[in-house]
Amino acid sequence: MMKNLQWRMGLIAVVIGLSVWAFVPPSQKVKLGLDLKGGVHLVLRVKTDDALKVETDTTVERLRDTLTRAGVAFTKIEATSPTEFRVEGLQDDAAYRTQAADAETVYDRSSEAGGYSYRMKPNVANQLRDETVTQALETIERRVNELGVAEPIVARYGAQDQILVQLPGVSDVRRAKEIIRSTARLELRLVEQGPFPSREAALQAFNNVLPPDAELLPGKSEGSGTGGTSSSAWYVVKKVSAVAGNDLRNAQQSLDEFNRPAVAFTLKQDAAVRFGSFTEANIGRPMAIILDGRVMSVATIQGRITDSGQITGITREEMLDQVITLKSGALPASMDYLEERTVGPSLGQDSIRAGVTASLAGLALVVLFMMFYYKLTGLNAVVSIVVNLLILLGLMAAIPVTMTLPGVAGFILTIGMGVDSNVLIFERIKEELATARGARAAVNAGFDRVWWTIVDTHVSSLIAALLLLQFGTGPIRGFAVTLIIGLLSNVFTAVFVSRTMFEMILSRRHQAQTLSI
Amino acid sequence: MEIFHNANYDFIRWRWHAIVLSLVVIAAGVALMVVRGLPLGIDFTGGSSLVVRFSQDVTLDRVRNAVASLPGEEVVQQFGDPSERRVLIRLPQQEGMEEGTALEQASLRAEQALRDAGLPTFEVDNRELVGPVIGADLQRRGIYAVLTSLAAITIYIGVRFRFSFAVGAIVATLHDVLVTLAFLMFFRYDISLNVVAAILTITGYSVNDTIVIFDRVRENLRSRRRDPLSQVVNTSVNQTLGRTIITAGTTFLSVLALYLFGGEALEGFAFTMLVGVISGTYSTVFIASAIAIILSQQKGGKPQATAAPSGEATERQGRKPPRRARAS
Repeated sequence: MMKNLQWRMGLIAVVIGLSVWAFVPPSQKVKLGLDLKGGVHLVLRVKTDDALKVETDTTVERLRDTLTRAGVAFTKIEATSPTEFRVEGLQDDAAYRTQAADAETVYDRSSEAGGYSYRMKPNVANQLRDETVTQALETIERRVNELGVAEPIVARYGAQDQILVQLPGVSDVRRAKEIIRSTARLELRLVEQGPFPSREAALQAFNNVLPPDAELLPGKSEGSGTGGTSSSAWYVVKKVSAVAGNDLRNAQQSLDEFNRPAVAFTLKQDAAVRFGSFTEANIGRPMAIILDGRVMSVATIQGRITDSGQITGITREEMLDQVITLKSGALPASMDYLEERTVGPSLGQDSIRAGVTASLAGLALVVLFMMFYYKLTGLNAVVSIVVNLLILLGLMAAIPVTMTLPGVAGFILTIGMGVDSNVLIFERIKEELATARGARAAVNAGFDRVWWTIVDTHVSSLIAALLLLQFGTGPIRGFAVTLIIGLLSNVFTAVFVSRTMFEMILSRRHQAQTLSI
Repeated sequence: MEIFHNANYDFIRWRWHAIVLSLVVIAAGVALMVVRGLPLGIDFTGGSSLVVRFSQDVTLDRVRNAVASLPGEEVVQQFGDPSERRVLIRLPQQEGMEEGTALEQASLRAEQALRDAGLPTFEVDNRELVGPVIGADLQRRGIYAVLTSLAAITIYIGVRFRFSFAVGAIVATLHDVLVTLAFLMFFRYDISLNVVAAILTITGYSVNDTIVIFDRVRENLRSRRRDPLSQVVNTSVNQTLGRTIITAGTTFLSVLALYLFGGEALEGFAFTMLVGVISGTYSTVFIASAIAIILSQQKGGKPQATAAPSGEATERQGRKPPRRARAS
């Protein structure tokens, strides 16, 4: 009996020691959430349709090319949605089908009068969407790292196409948001004609009908406004780009010939070869450097260019941001912000202070009540609450679980709800004492009979907490995890620790009939 | 020390009064929801909220006037203690605007309006912008989480006890959720993410007291097979009354500390928990057992026959502890 007791006390001492060691000093070991530390929490949606549209557009262009070269007649071939396209006016069906066989690996074909319509296979589309989000995630990770934020979080979130970005301690939220979101798709395309002073003027020059392989793009946006479509320069450019977003090898800060800020970029090996023959074939023609759908600059091709180029006519800030975005690669699709939560550091500080005050006040109230109501045995409960909190803090630091503002609430609830188990046990012991079988028997019966009640109550609380974990966003998850750890360690403290303390007291008395309860 | 020495109140006699009282509270809450609409916070509806901290004291009216010209209905409130000089401004979801760029526009316009109005300098302490997609998604998940939680707890109690008890426990828990919602309506709290977290916590917590009583009912049924169920339940409620009150009391004390000292951001959470804990205790004593009795009587006609644990006790011996050790 004595040996057993010593073993139990040793175990408790080890658990307490490990817990304290894990979270001391708390300012370094307990991780704080954005709502306590300050920072910005962003949720983005990747417009995966963009990537599907690129796939469909490319297929359409390739098919048009193949058919034209093979001499298969058709009247029209066009994309009708991001995942669908249609071919019309076919004469020679057999010839068409041999030439267009490729498209069927990705698209389901169905017959129409004089043609076919294609729809992307659902599994291919899903896979493409998934890859797009993964790629976007990796790109954002690189950009966030370039921003130099400590301990950022970039992760998939909620629905299939959402990404969560958490940046602790970021002060310039707007810049961070722009950098994360800019697609950074660099294109080099031939210019048909331009610049024109307005969209209307540009259309007029073509009698309102642009060539099928060309489109109208605005020049650099004026002023510092973001997202606006105002521009005083419009260009009619080819739809096809000589390079794609992932052809870029590097980008770095540079200066143009007038010592103004510029971004120098270099192309990857295979892109450089392609670009070399492209420029060679088009010497003397103007070429546009297009970034995210805006014509940044236009230069006449003087000779064969292989692997490098320059974006000029930008401000210093634009240069810095473009280097970050271009270096980290293009996003496969554009993105939207769905949610933004920014907490200033001073509010976080105040929240921490309020949380500590409330925890201490809650602890004090419960301790006073237990000491008043259960006298000396109340001390037993107090020790078990304190050990419970120490284990909770220790596990939170060790796992680690981020302490959030709702997590503080979970911490305080652990005090009030944790002591319930002690109350159930003490009340049962009181009842058993009334049957006058002696204190030892009463304590044993108290713990044994209440055990399954405690299991049942904890399981029902755990069910709710687990669903909370599943439902919640960051801060709420912090609450749920705190609650779950608190509930589990409560089983240990209210049953094991508390019982050990009872036995310690009883072991010193031979014929105990009474307890201070 | 005991709160109730040999308590012997006739709770079962008052069960219909209790049910009527609860229904009145819930009906009033529902009526308010119908009239005013469910006061969902921006977490669920989408929209923007700003907490700005002024460098000098400002009256709320001046802030209100400054943002009055903005589209939609703004809410301007003191945030935290007045000495902190923090003001909360909530702006509704802008309709017909595209997401993404529009997300921050409302808050930027509000900040500009504050600057233009010649108020003291301020800094933005907290900015929450929630798009409608996120809000709708959270609404769905919130409802799903509460319902799944109720269902899972019902199943657990159904397995551990018996069906009529499970229904009693879950009706009591559902009662607590509805009463809590009603009080949120009465006191004009918004339903935020934190409030839903509190409601979910209540679903798990309020069933605890019920489990304690049901455990005792089961224990008593074995020694008092000849007594009618309603009497056994009443005795059990009385026997466990002390611990029902004390366990709720300790939780109430800690939540009270949270309500008083936890700061503005957790006030809605703490209020929800306060109401939930009180309602949980009330429903445990008056509603859960009443429903269990009503169901048992209707099912068997003879209360004793259905009341005794009968065959299920032996059936479950294998995976359960000895019955003796199971009640508190």
